[in-house]
Amino acid sequence: MTVVARFEVRYTQYLDPQGQVVRTLPDFARDPRALVPDYRAMLLMRALDAKAIAMQRTGQMGTYASTLGKEAIDAGVGAVLARDDVVLPSYRESGILFLRGVSPHRVFLYWGGDERGNVFPESPRDFPFCVPIALQVPHAVGVAYAMKLRKEPRVALAVLGDGATSKGDFYEALNAAGVWKLPLVALVVNNQYAISVPRHRQSASETLAQKAIAAGIACEQLDGNDAIAVRDAVGRALERARSGGGPTLLEALTYRLSDHTTADDASRYRSAGELAEAWKREPIVRLRSWLAANGHWSKDDEEALHRECAKRVQAAVKAYLETPPPGPEQMFHFLYARLPHAFAWQRDEACAPERVPEPHVEHHAG
Amino acid sequence: MSSITLVEAVNLALARAMEEDPRVTVLGEDIGVDGGVFRATAGLLGRFGAERVVDTPLSEALIAGMAIGMAAEGLRPVAEIQFAGFAYVTLDQILNHAGRLRHRTQGRLCCPMVMRMPCGAGIRAPEHHSESPEAIFAHVPGIRLVYASSPRRAYGLLLASIADPDPVVFLEPSRLYRLFKEEVGDDGEPLPLDTAFVLREGTDLTLVTWGAMTHEALAAADDLAAEDVYAEVIDVATLKPLDLDTILASVAKTRRCVVLTEAPRSCSFASEVSANVSEQGLMSLLAPVERVTAWDTVTPMARLESRYMPDRRRIVAAAHKVMQYH
Repeated sequence: MTVVARFEVRYTQYLDPQGQVVRTLPDFARDPRALVPDYRAMLLMRALDAKAIAMQRTGQMGTYASTLGKEAIDAGVGAVLARDDVVLPSYRESGILFLRGVSPHRVFLYWGGDERGNVFPESPRDFPFCVPIALQVPHAVGVAYAMKLRKEPRVALAVLGDGATSKGDFYEALNAAGVWKLPLVALVVNNQYAISVPRHRQSASETLAQKAIAAGIACEQLDGNDAIAVRDAVGRALERARSGGGPTLLEALTYRLSDHTTADDASRYRSAGELAEAWKREPIVRLRSWLAANGHWSKDDEEALHRECAKRVQAAVKAYLETPPPGPEQMFHFLYARLPHAFAWQRDEACAPERVPEPHVEHHAG
Repeated sequence: MSSITLVEAVNLALARAMEEDPRVTVLGEDIGVDGGVFRATAGLLGRFGAERVVDTPLSEALIAGMAIGMAAEGLRPVAEIQFAGFAYVTLDQILNHAGRLRHRTQGRLCCPMVMRMPCGAGIRAPEHHSESPEAIFAHVPGIRLVYASSPRRAYGLLLASIADPDPVVFLEPSRLYRLFKEEVGDDGEPLPLDTAFVLREGTDLTLVTWGAMTHEALAAADDLAAEDVYAEVIDVATLKPLDLDTILASVAKTRRCVVLTEAPRSCSFASEVSANVSEQGLMSLLAPVERVTAWDTVTPMARLESRYMPDRRRIVAAAHKVMQYH
């Protein structure tokens, strides 16, 4: 027999869980101050996340998908995307959207059950949250196709979970992106669980990154709890896409430190010990340790940042709670560019002032 | 003005739209060099190039999802699904995204795409190649559903669908692709996407249908005229949104209504038309609304398809039934 092809999957990590540098840092991280904005963003994400859960628990917001543990991924992605790139998130990427300029109260609105949470005036080409798993990856193929057709130096970045790599839509999209060498980056946030199903029951593949190999596209696995690794790997993938080098599949290893959503109870399917181990690898302490060790982060900085985050969270909560609920016409207003005549009566009836129902009187014969 | 077939009219409309609007991009399986399995895209590759006439991998779910991404990013994609029987996997994208992107983003992003596909039985095609999925798509909020039934209407309706700012599922009856020719002027004139067409005027009953069944309806109307029963024939053409006004106006005149479809009966689009006419036209009606449909069976393979699809004999029988009411 002859070997007709060989493949390898590379893994990128710069900071170990203690914040120690494990290999030569990339140029952008030579001056650790460059990572301070990432750290600030990560802490704000965590503060907003805690508030979102608190609001759900106190009946002020609906079911919410926590971002706890993936802050380094969202911060790194947000840091390296260009303004004109397009993000196609799943439902857990609110952190990326904050860095795109989207006001945090939008995220509260979305999970509070209001479509206006998907209005991103600050980043109008980005896609809305995508709840059905992996369907945003074919969208990214179309977005990237349009960019390439118009010869624009832009990239479509789709973010998905480990479970999404089991779906046909994911494979179909990667396959086509490879054929057309599209400016596309698919980023798998491997947080080890698709609700209750652990990574090893999702796929027998040694890595999820290697699923790119069958599509003939570049791939890389990285430590998703290492903000430097995220920036580096995503930055290189974006650059490859932008310069005509084609798509990349990235697998960022992290751990979902939260329940799947506020409607879930992860203690049903994973142990307290496992969770405690995962906390030792979380991204925020790691980055802070490294910044502090290099003299670029102090206790005072930390306290000031906490105060600032609390203020921003309060402002977001206020903006959310002060947004009046939409009227029933909202169901019809954006259904079509112009509501067809055939549906006008339904809108009119839905928007009619609510009437108190007539009391029901039983009539008995005889 | 030249006399062309329905599939040639589709081709003419695609070429016209691509000529007039550089955003229009066609995509699908075998649509490039091969020109599509029915040749609906023949010649487009040579005229407009491989970037705008995109041979996709064999990947229907991708085609639908990709078209959504292209549309949201400013192109005007016209996707071909090779046969309607292979379109079921696209429902996830059409239902969850195409039909709701505008609403979900409150008008920030929209989805001006067309997904066209041949459908219907009667060409002795292999298994899964003769489906009539209109009721399934008609149930999806936020889309338009258009069903062509002649070369002229295929041309005008497809141009309108491509220009429309919302997603359109465009059905083409493969049985009519080459059945007859019609004079079609390549004038770029769209037809309205909310209007039914009265194909034949009559006084005694209204035959309401769409797609290839319009031709069975016209043939049955000929048979009935020989008995001095005059049927009005309506081609619904746009199933969503439904032009109920034209149907109700006709029923107000004829006072009897028969709805025809070659799809299975239960929850068919004929049921939707029948319910609306019964609800809103009751005071005009002399007889219950009749439905003539295919059976609630799987679409059979070629040897039985003539026993599956409603024919003019069954339509005439239904007409006789409603004519018993005075």
